[in-house]
Order: sequence, then structure tokens, then C-alpha cells
Amino acid sequence: MKKTVVVGMSGGVDSSVCAYLLKEQGYDVIGVTMQIWRPENACDVSYNGGCCGLSAVDDARRVAEVIGIPYYVMDFREEFQKHVIDNFTSQYVKGRTPNPCIECNRHVKWEALLQKSRDIGADFLATGHYARITQLENGRYTISASKTAAKDQTYALYALTQDQLSHTLLPIGEYEKPDVRRIAEEAGLPVAHKKDSQEICFVPDGDYASFIEKEDGIAVPGPGDFVTPDGTFIAKHKGITHYTVGQRRGLGVAAGERIYVTNIDPATDRVTLGADEDLFTSVVIADDVCWMGLEGIAPDEKVRVKAKIRYNHGGETGVLESAGEGKVKVSFDKPVRAAAPGQALVYYDETGTYIYGGGTII
Amino acid sequence: MIYLDNAATTQIEETAFDAMLPFLKGEYGNASAVYELARDSKRAVFNARKQCANVIGAAPNEIFFTSGGSESDNWALIGAYEAWKKKKSEHGDRSFVHSGQGYSGHIITTAIEHHAVLRSAEYLESQGVAVSYLKPDCEGFIKPAQVLDAIREDTFLVSVMTANNEIGTVEPVCEIADAVHGIRKDILVHTDAVQAYGQICLDGYAGHVDLLSASAHKLGGPKGVGMLYIRDGVKFGPLIRGGMQESGRRAGTENVPGIVGFGAAAENSFAGLDAKISAETALRDRLLAKIGDITDVIINGPYVEGDSAKRLPGNISVCIRGIEGESALIMLDRTGICASAGSACTSGAREPSHVLKAIGRADDEAKGSLRFTLSHHNTEEEIDKAAEILTEIVLKLRERNRF
Repeated sequence: MKKTVVVGMSGGVDSSVCAYLLKEQGYDVIGVTMQIWRPENACDVSYNGGCCGLSAVDDARRVAEVIGIPYYVMDFREEFQKHVIDNFTSQYVKGRTPNPCIECNRHVKWEALLQKSRDIGADFLATGHYARITQLENGRYTISASKTAAKDQTYALYALTQDQLSHTLLPIGEYEKPDVRRIAEEAGLPVAHKKDSQEICFVPDGDYASFIEKEDGIAVPGPGDFVTPDGTFIAKHKGITHYTVGQRRGLGVAAGERIYVTNIDPATDRVTLGADEDLFTSVVIADDVCWMGLEGIAPDEKVRVKAKIRYNHGGETGVLESAGEGKVKVSFDKPVRAAAPGQALVYYDETGTYIYGGGTII
Repeated sequence: MIYLDNAATTQIEETAFDAMLPFLKGEYGNASAVYELARDSKRAVFNARKQCANVIGAAPNEIFFTSGGSESDNWALIGAYEAWKKKKSEHGDRSFVHSGQGYSGHIITTAIEHHAVLRSAEYLESQGVAVSYLKPDCEGFIKPAQVLDAIREDTFLVSVMTANNEIGTVEPVCEIADAVHGIRKDILVHTDAVQAYGQICLDGYAGHVDLLSASAHKLGGPKGVGMLYIRDGVKFGPLIRGGMQESGRRAGTENVPGIVGFGAAAENSFAGLDAKISAETALRDRLLAKIGDITDVIINGPYVEGDSAKRLPGNISVCIRGIEGESALIMLDRTGICASAGSACTSGAREPSHVLKAIGRADDEAKGSLRFTLSHHNTEEEIDKAAEILTEIVLKLRERNRF
């Protein structure tokens, strides 16, 4: 019997081609777009071409028509609000820099959407990520790099469980972006030339601080002090939600040399400004650890890894070991720049091909 | 395919289709022109006006064709406001012009109206009008006394739907209209009859209400045509301007085939109404009895077996505990059964139902809502098949979610 797969369709070219390829491979394909926007900002999201606005629904529906698959919109506003938006704002007001795509993948796509897909009788969930799923010799499933180094979307997928991975298909990982566009064109998909989405989908203008201020029930931290690394007062700042570790622009502070945000302390509302070299660190510690290619790590075990500290980080080699209490640490061979608390530390095998696991930088 | 979503739209009736055909081909004359070809169109439009008027006991000159129910509802609310402002200014009272002070104006409607009414009411609020949204009882009923209690000195409109699109409750609209007019002749009473027109007997409604909206595609007519009944003598300006069609009250070249189809569907429904109602009521009771075999099902709205006076004959609205309506609908679709969770929405996604909320359903109950709206075209075999498949789906979903 044909296996059934739900394809999460964002209206973009990658997920559209994903649906097309699976149909060609003989699956019984169902297209689904997650409704995550709220009525009051639906227009903003769609006008700004975010990935999951109303215009995305129109595009995805047209693609489904062309491919000839049933298409549905499913409501995940509650889940998205709770796991992604609320988490995003609460982390930001604590001076951290969350990655909402990770939370969305973990809790909305691979928990809520996968659950609903299986409810309606699907065997698999598929998405248009540039990543592959591999079963390692130890029997464990892992996310591995896509065919092309130019596109790598493995980082935001580190938190998936073995059960989730065993019910997931990622066909786009076998292709390069130009191939995907070519396939879309040849198949006559109306989104072949649609441009890629960039910013965080629910903050299309990139202004996180104003987004957070507009959220209900959030006590936004007020102005505080910019200080030097030794604690000397420099100037007042607008509030910690306006800053991220590593930020240089928009500080409103004139200084002789280039200065950067090197630390954010939510307890005192102090933002430390320092030189570029103050941003470098050799050891990064993470908690809330998820294991993927590796089942775990013994207390005295050391594993050579390549690790990334943010989405577009190329990765740096180092040694992974336990830091106790469920935490892990990576001691990098060369110091890494601007490891921001709240971002993920994702560690791969030493070649950077397979995800071993990951956690949240503390 | 088993079609059980007749509140969303209906299949076109043969008689309506046949009546429209000539006007989609040879009879293309603009009804406003002077030559013979145009006169055919004009006659056909007048005939349709009569056919549509008959359903509610109105005169043909009280029927104004529109593009559908939403336009009619928008026009009723906004037109009533414009008329009230005009009357005020003719009486030399300009205080309403200045927002916030003096006359702001006030309308009364309900929390369970269609969005065409609710969004228009919100628009009026943005113009400075106060709006009372009456809360229904647990079966969805609005009582005349509630309406009377809400009346203020500056109230100019009451808008209460004839029958609810989600839960099928038939409101005591004529009683409400009579009660309002009993104490205040100057207040206009509008009813959104989109779900009721051609479904239940509305004969004589024109003698009670001032304004009534209806839509052709809910009773076997084509999409894109509706009407607003405006009682003779009510001062009411246009919403759409730019031509003298519809006695100068609704500009735009007449949608002749649509209007003709509407008229034919109206006449058809009027003629066979009793038979249709008893057929639908029997099918509704049959399906509900079978759904009743599933445990933990709540029926939304009033329900008495055999009754079609308090609930639309073809309407079934239920909340099934332990399932998500959204998943059930998709599974029904995959077996060829067309149903709905509530009202249809352009994005295709489910909106949290303001109606279910208003009658007191908790959020987790409302999540399991399903609506089946039957027509006399459905058969007993279809109903039995649908009940059987639905039961299987509910058991499967509950097992997965360990309900």
C-alpha cells in the first residue's frame, strides 16, 4: 500500500518541490500549511512576504493544485504562540538571544504538526529543509548535511527525537538550490522564482524590541547602563531587549575604536561594551541538551566534534565533554566569536556531517 | 462524494439553471437600455423581483438586488447609519457630527451574527456609534425583552439574524421587531435571513421587519447575487453609487442571469417548502440519532426531534469530546464527505467560533465542533454512510489521543 506523507508547505519553492518530488516518488501526498499568524498581524505578515502569511496560503494552494494533491490549512496558532512567540519574548527580556526556528521545529512542526499528520493517517511528515536523515552504524537516526554546503539547514533541527526522525522525510537535502529551482520550473510550479524568506517570520521588519513591547503580559525592562568591561559607566541605554551579544550598530555610543556588546546582565540591566577581542571565548557550555547521533556522553568521555554556535556559523572543531547536571561543554581548538546565551550549541562529528546533539548556550 | 455542507453553499437547482441559461447566451441585453433585447432582460429582472418578494410577503418594489448576503448586511447597517445621520441633520441637529459629544448613535445586535454584520458593526463603532452585542442563552436564543432593555434614546437600528449559520437557532425575529416597533417606531429592524430564506417559512416577515438580507446560493441559486428588502417608506440611500439601477439605490449593471436564477430558486423553494422541510428534518434526525451512538457528544443549539420551528431543519452542530474537529474534517474529506467545523473562511483555516463561545462552550469543547448541513437532495443511504464513517473516525482519533 502507498505510504502517506504530509508535506509542510510554506508557499516557498523548497517545500513546493518537496511535495512534487514525493508525489513523483509514489507517495500519497497531502499538503498542509500551518496557520500560525494571528488575525491582527495577518496583513503585516503577508504583505511582507513572510513564510507563513495569507499570501503563503495562496501560493501553497496553487502549488498543490498544479501537483494535484489535497491541501489543507491547519490551525497551530495556540502552539506557535506558546512555544515560539512567548518563549522568544521571555528569553529576550532575560537578555538572551533565542532562535525561534529551533523552537518552531521542535514543538510546532515535529510535535503538533507531526501528531496531527499521524492523526489523519499519515506515515510521515516532510519539509523542504536542506538536510538529510541518515541511520548511523549505532542504529540511531541523525540529521546530516545536505548535498550542498552552500545551503545548510541542519542547525535548527538538532532537537528532533529518534521517534520524530523515523517519521520524517527530507527529500530536498539531496539537491542543490539551483536544482530545486529548475525542478520547480520544469514542473510548472508557480513559485519557482519566489525569493527566499530571511528574517524571523513573525517579526518581518526585524525590529524585535518593538515586537516585544507590543506583546501582552510582558514586563519590558526599562533603560539601564552601558558599562565598560571593568564596570565603569559609559552612558544610558534603551533597555536590554534592544541588544544582542556581538552587536555593533545602533548602540548610540560614540567611541574611538569599534565597540561591541560583550555581555548582557538582566539582573542589573547592565550592557557591557568592549572590544572585538572581548567577544572571543574558547569554552561554550550548553544546557537543555538533546542527543541525536550520539546516545549521550559518559562523565569522563571526550569526543572530537565540530560545533556551531549560531545558524550561519561555519563551525569550529573542538572537544565535547560533560559539564555535569545534564550540561555539556565544547572546548574549541580556536576561540569562537560572540557565543550568545540563548542560541544553540550544535555539535557534529569532526567533519561537520552528522549531528551528534545540541543544547542551549548558557 | 456526500455533500453535507449546504449552509456554506448549495448545488444549483435545475429550475434555476434552466432559467438562467438564455441570459448567459442570447439574452444579453443591458436591462437599463431602451431596445427590445433590453426589455427582455428588464422583464426577467422584474419577474425575479416578484418571485423573491413572495417568499417574505413583500412587494416587488421593496426588493433590491445586490452582489450577495455580505453586501446586503453591510448596506443594511451602514445605510441605516447614513439615514439616521441625514435625518438628524435635517432636523438641524448637528451635534453628532462632532465625535464623542451628544448623539453618537446606537445600534443593537447580537454576539452570534455573521461576520458581515459584526464587522459592519465594528466599522460603525469606528465612526463613533455605540453597539450593544446581546448575548444569547445557551441554545442561542435572543429574547425580545433583552432587546427592549438595550434600547437607548439614540438607538436607530436593531439587527438580529433570522437563523444562525453555525448552530441553526431560529430567532424570534418577528416578535422582536413587533416589540421594538411597539415602543419606538423610528428604530429600524434588520434581519440577516441568509441562512433561513428559502429554508423555512418566512411568509409575512416583510410585515414585521424593515430590512432583510438574503443570498441566492444558499437556496439553490447562483453565487454572486443577493438582495436587501427595504420596507416601502423607509428612507434609505445607496451603498454602491454610480447609476440609477434598483431605483437609484444600488448602482451597477444588473446581474441579469444571477437575478433570474435567484428568482427561480426562490420560487422553487417557496413552492415545495413543506415537503423540503419535512425531508430535511427526517434526515437530520436520522443522522443525529446515529451520531448519538457515539459517547460524549454535545448538540449545539436547540434540538427537539421532528421540530423545525426553533432549529433549521437541515442543521446539525455538535461538539465531540476528545477529538479535534479539524482532523476529523480532513479525514471526512479523504473519504469524500463534505462537512464543516463552523462557518467557511477564505483562508480555509478554522476560526475559533464566536458563536460556540457565546453559547458557553469551553475552548476544548469548541475544538471538537463539526457542522453537517443537509439538503432535501441527500438520501438516507448517504446519511447512514456518513454516520458510519464519522463513527469510525471518532474512534480512531480518540484511540490515538487516548481519550
